[in-house]
Amino acid sequence: MVARGILNFPSRPSIRAAAVAAGPLEKKKSIFGPLFDKLHDSELCGEDTNEKAHSRLIEDACGLALEKAGAMPADADFLLCGDLVNEMTPSNFAAANLHLPYIGLFSACATSVSSLAVAALLTESGASRLALAGSASHHNSIERQFRYPIEYGFQKGPTAQWTVTAAGFAAVTQNEPGYPEIRRATIGRSVDYGLTDPLNMGAAMAPAAFDTLSRHLFGTNSVPGDYDAIITGDLGSVGSSLFRQMAKEEGLEVRRSKWRDAGEEFYGDDPSFFAGASGAGCSAAVYFSDVFQKMLAGEYRRVLLIATGALLSPLSFQQGESIPCTAHAVELSMSGGGQS
Amino acid sequence: MIMSFIVAFVVGGLICVVGQLLFDVANLTPGHTLSLLVVVGAVLDGFGLYEPLIDFAGAGATVPITSFGNSLVHGALQEAERHGLIGVITGIFEVTSSGISAAILFGFIASLVFRSKGRP
Repeated sequence: MVARGILNFPSRPSIRAAAVAAGPLEKKKSIFGPLFDKLHDSELCGEDTNEKAHSRLIEDACGLALEKAGAMPADADFLLCGDLVNEMTPSNFAAANLHLPYIGLFSACATSVSSLAVAALLTESGASRLALAGSASHHNSIERQFRYPIEYGFQKGPTAQWTVTAAGFAAVTQNEPGYPEIRRATIGRSVDYGLTDPLNMGAAMAPAAFDTLSRHLFGTNSVPGDYDAIITGDLGSVGSSLFRQMAKEEGLEVRRSKWRDAGEEFYGDDPSFFAGASGAGCSAAVYFSDVFQKMLAGEYRRVLLIATGALLSPLSFQQGESIPCTAHAVELSMSGGGQS
Repeated sequence: MIMSFIVAFVVGGLICVVGQLLFDVANLTPGHTLSLLVVVGAVLDGFGLYEPLIDFAGAGATVPITSFGNSLVHGALQEAERHGLIGVITGIFEVTSSGISAAILFGFIASLVFRSKGRP
């Protein structure tokens, strides 16, 4: 039986390598900073605009992921990438420099996982031997895009989140023993509970995360206890507690230490980041550093990554529309972990 | 003299408290808050209430953005007395022109000298 929106990958494509490039604030303030592969000392990353810096991060992370996989850019078959700027120009410019067949994917902050799912499909079909999948965000350019330019000095409340400056990319290959395998993916639905506050994205995205979680568990006949970790993308502290509450109310066993959220953990407990981190680079940076490394080290054998995305635009917000949200999930395991 | 400082401080502060409440409680955007306070200042002057506030609080009433609304209406009424209906149009920017020109000029100078940065 085919469960709606659930993809199975019997050939078990592998994540052969992963890399993260990030900005100066992430170097100083993120608890994951030491795990990142490249840290820039300036938020402009040596470029003259924030948007060029955004592209630079994507190129850096892609280049490093290829290098770690022992490959050259010419060896990659596909680039699957997205960001949050209008028409995704940072990804487009980076793709132009990388000279790879490229599909820009917009799932907002859930692009880290939607790109991984598409890469796995391309690999499964035999069309790709090596595909780069990932996403990125740059604080200054995303603030300009969605909220207010930095110069404006806009005040944020406690439910707001801080867009990270980072890019995370994975090199997806056909099965290679010893590396995390992509077993299944659940494509999220767009869920709209009518919330309209763009400074409380966590609350808007939590129902989408829960929708995807329950569909994945039901469709794959698994329970939370089957996973070493269930890691959401950028719900932040507000959205995460709502997400866990929804799960508890549905009778799922929620173990705090295994139910992680990249956005909640990203900047530690620093209250100046409000409810935590967000942005397309947030989940990508944590999945493709901390989670990938923990899998290689054997600490995690089977994980469920649920990246969440708020699918609004500045125009839809100005027209008073609500914020539809989505969440995409992939299930990774080390060989022998989980059921086939 | 000290007393006038205190009055200016308290009155100006209270106007800012209203602005902060519009952000935090009413969830208004900075643009809405700014416009609303300008309109409030204009309406108060229309009823002849803003000038007494300035006499009482000095800079506490002239520095916040409400005073801009006051100046708009004040200039319009002043010119209307002299030139009739057309004075309403010409008078709106009569008193405020110095403030607007200064904002443009100093904004330009600041943009030449400084470059915005994220948090350190």
